[in-house]
Parts: sequence; structure tokens; C-alpha cells
Amino acid sequence: MPKVLQRESWATKIGVILAVAGSAVGLGNFLRFPGRAALYGGGAFMIPYFISLLLIGIPICWIEWTLGRQGGRYGFNSAPGLFSVVWRSGVSRAFGALAVFIPVVIYMYYVFIEAWCLGYAISYLTGSIAPGPDPAGYASYFSSHFNEFIGASEHGALFRSFSPALLALAGCFVLNFFLIYRGLTRGIEAFCRWAMPALVIAAVIVLVRVLTLGTPDPGRPEQNVINGLGFMWNPKPVGDGGTFSALWDPQVWLEAAGQIFFSLSVGFGIILTYASYVRPKDDIALSGLTASATNEFCEVCLGGLITIPAAFIFLGAAPLAEVAGSSIGLGFHAVPAVFEFLPLGHFFGFLWFGLLFLAAVTSSLSMLQPAIAFFEEGFSLGRRASMAILGIVTGAGTLLVVYFTQNTVALDVMDFWVGSALLIVLALFEVVLFGWVLGAEKGLVETNRGSDIQVPSIFAFIIRWVCPAYLIIILGAFAYQNFPDKVRAIAGDPAAIVTVAFMALLFSLLLLSVHIAGNRWEQERRFDAVAKPRPRRKRSR
Amino acid sequence: MTTAGWILMIVSVGSILTLVSYCFYRVLRIPVTKDHLHGPLDIDTHEEM
Repeated sequence: MPKVLQRESWATKIGVILAVAGSAVGLGNFLRFPGRAALYGGGAFMIPYFISLLLIGIPICWIEWTLGRQGGRYGFNSAPGLFSVVWRSGVSRAFGALAVFIPVVIYMYYVFIEAWCLGYAISYLTGSIAPGPDPAGYASYFSSHFNEFIGASEHGALFRSFSPALLALAGCFVLNFFLIYRGLTRGIEAFCRWAMPALVIAAVIVLVRVLTLGTPDPGRPEQNVINGLGFMWNPKPVGDGGTFSALWDPQVWLEAAGQIFFSLSVGFGIILTYASYVRPKDDIALSGLTASATNEFCEVCLGGLITIPAAFIFLGAAPLAEVAGSSIGLGFHAVPAVFEFLPLGHFFGFLWFGLLFLAAVTSSLSMLQPAIAFFEEGFSLGRRASMAILGIVTGAGTLLVVYFTQNTVALDVMDFWVGSALLIVLALFEVVLFGWVLGAEKGLVETNRGSDIQVPSIFAFIIRWVCPAYLIIILGAFAYQNFPDKVRAIAGDPAAIVTVAFMALLFSLLLLSVHIAGNRWEQERRFDAVAKPRPRRKRSR
Repeated sequence: MTTAGWILMIVSVGSILTLVSYCFYRVLRIPVTKDHLHGPLDIDTHEEM
């Protein structure tokens, strides 16, 4: 008698949408996007931004949703199995290992940033952030406060004495693993169902406060809310060109495509796993679009109207231009200074870092699930055993991040090589798998099956031709611009070498694990149920 | 703030608000189907017919 598989699945449609949106919405929506837009053309940045959303963001989302639901129908929840459903080969499994590796490594440093947000939120709540009455000293106060908080003075600084950052980090670890332990519906879905609305409500309160600031300092009438919006949204010339000259600058297009890419969490391997828990006949086209739209709402409508205008009003154009390119500079140096000027500033500071913390938790949670799913289905481990292994692995990686804090070297190395470069590589593989191995037309039929909206057939052409070309150009330009300097930086820094060695060891172990799990699946004949294309009949003459 | 800035901001924010409203309207207007007990023929056994 055939074995009936008992599988987890999402309890509600809105639950999976909020979970996927929660995975995508993070600090990048509120800090990275406004900074990039303000620096690279202002309002003109939005033209390549929306084109990238249409040509790579939404199509790759649909690809991941489709591959996930399709593989989930055959009982797989992690990328090595999901990819093998489409293409049974070692290459597929190797990229599957990459899709488990990427979120695990990103978790290792992202949870530390999550701890910064929690630490700052608690500091505002307890009133321990007190820069004094002189606004001239705010910049140096918040800079040194941040460096002290994260232990940036030297490696191992956080372990010299009691560290609030380590305490917050422990709290974040416990919260994430507790929610994962509770499972898909009672943990991730239940948390995202209240955290996402809470995050949006908190952001709307901050937004209303910012947009009603007017001209807070009559001595500096130019620093008002309208000019703050103008700093963000006015199209800015690049070099000596005209108003829309940014559109002719390849760097602006690269930055816009990169922002869409990183913001929607495509290429992380997370949507794949989340979508595998969708029931076989449930909608994915509308759910995928809604999750992407929710992320865009948080990014453009909230992030785009809060961060830069607020910082402009209190700091002015020149200091803001210096920090706009750095998410850390904008989020942890400039914005905290803004709250010192506001009535009830500590309340709004708590609200702001609280919403960033919620955004970070909904993202970090999602980074753990692909590995948990792999351990469970690859080695038939229980939830506790899977969590124990993942806890040790992520704990070791995070230990590197919190030890090598001088210039945040371990964090930067992981963020660049895994959180940026490998994402594009994985997304490129997914596009090729869907567009060329599965077949874009056939793939879209699978996307549209049971869906509440129909994906237009033009997306078959976009997925087959435009997405790969777009991603190859992004990867090529990204590598050309950054790789030589980044490789030189690693070679000259022992902390960076240790971090790279750790990641190489982890990926090797994962490759080995995926190989063993794959052999196990073959022995169990798990792929026998996957429909094979029927041979075409020869036409009789 | 320039006229072009106003236009770009209103079009960007407006189009995202329209999209997200449309999506949630479509998602929420579809009645929630409660889980029902599956008969033996409904259960996916992962075997080819």
C-alpha cells in the first residue's frame, strides 16, 4: 500500500502571504532603499527601479513560488529536493545545497543586526540614550555610542565586559528558535500574522509624525518637510547632465536592479521552501504578487517617505549626503539624532527601532526554515534534532561575527560574498532551471494552475530571455566593480581569511550532506512519482 | 520640491498603493475554504496513476 505522507502546510492564504512578505521586508526597505534612491538620481531612480521590478523582481518571485509548490507536491520542502524534481542531477543538488547555505550564512550576521535594533529599542524605552542638550554633539555621540554598542574598537571587544549587544543577541536567538520550534503555522505564520500589521501600523505612525513636522526650526527655514521630500524624490542630474541624466548612467540601473533583487528576497532560497508548504491546488500567482506588492508598499510608500525627509529636516542636505550611502550610517547614526529634536522623541525612537526589529525577526525566521526542512527530509531528523544542529552551526558563525567586530569585518565578508554575490548566482540558476530545463511556457501553466489571476504569457519570453540576460549583466558588472578589491581585502586580513575558511568548510559539509540525502532519496525511490515527459509518437507516413 | 519630483513621488506611491490594494482586495474577497476531510482518492500518494 502506498505511503500517505503527512506534511505541514500553511493554515491560511493570508498567513503565507504575510510570511513571505515578512521574509522580504527588512532593514533594506527602510534604510537601504531611501539612501540608494537619494544618491542615484532621486525620483529618476524610480524609473529603472520599476522596470527592474517588472523584468526580474516579480518574474523570479513567481519562479520560486512555482518551483516550491511543484516540489512540495512530491513531498519535498528544501531546495535540493525541489530542484531535483525538475532536474535530477548532481548540478541541481549542488545548487540546492547553495540554497540552504545562503540563508543560513545570512542568518549568522543578520541576527546580530537584529540584536542592534532590539538593543536600541530597549535603550529608548529605558531612556539610556542621552546625548545631552547640545545638538552639535549629536553626531559624535551617536557614532561613538554605536561603535561601543557593537564593539567596533577591536576584535573581541564585546567579550571584555558585560555587553548589552550580546544579551540582545541571546534574546534574538531564543526568540527565533522558539518560533521555529513551534512549527510553520503555530510559529512562523502566527508570528507574522500579528507582526506584519504591527510593523505597518508603527511605520504609519512615524510617517504621520514626519509628514506633519512642517518647519521645526524657524532659524533654518529651508530644512522643512517639503524640501525633505524633494531631497528624496526630485530627479537629480548625474555629473553635468540634465535633470534625467541619471537614466543614462549604467551605475544607476545596476543600483536599481540590485535594490529590487535584494529587497524582494529572491535568490535566497526562502520563497522556495515557504511555497513548498502551499497545498497543490492553492493559488500562487496572486499570492506571490501580493507578497511582492506588500514589500514594495513598505519600501516605497513607508521607507521612501520617512527616512530621508526626517533626516533632512534635522540634519540638512550636506551631512545627510555623507551618510545616505550607508544603511548603518543612516539607520544608527543619523536617524537616532533626529529623534532628539522631536517631542516624545524617545517614544518615536522606540517605535522606529521596534518596527525595524519586527521586520528583522520576520526575515531571520525565514532564513532558518530551509535548513530545518533539509535536515528533516534529508535525514529524517525530528524538529529538535534539526534545531540542535542548526543552532550549533549558526551559533558558531554568529560567534565569528560578534568576535571579529573591528570594522565589522566578518559581517562584511559574509554580506558581500553570500548576501550579495551568491544570491545572483542562485537566482540565475533558478531562472535557467525554470525557463530552459522545465520550459517557461510549461512552467507558467504550472504557475497558473489553481491561481486566482493568470500570469500573462509575455512572462514566458521575459523569463526565458530577459531575466537571464539581466542577471548576467548584473553579476558581471558587480564582479567587475567589486571582486578585485574584495579579494585583496581578504588576503590582507586574518579575520577575513578565518571567515572565508569557515564558510568554505560549511559549504563543503552541506554539499556532502546533500549528496548523502540525495542518495537516500534515490534508494527510497522518492523521484519515481515525478511525472516524466511521455515520448513523442513518431508520425506515420 | 520640483514639479517633476511631485509627479514621480505621486506616480510611484500611487501605483504601489493601487497594486497592493488590488491584490489584497482580490485575496480577501475570495471566501476562505475550511479544511475538509479528504477521501482516499483525494490523498496525494505521490504515485503515478
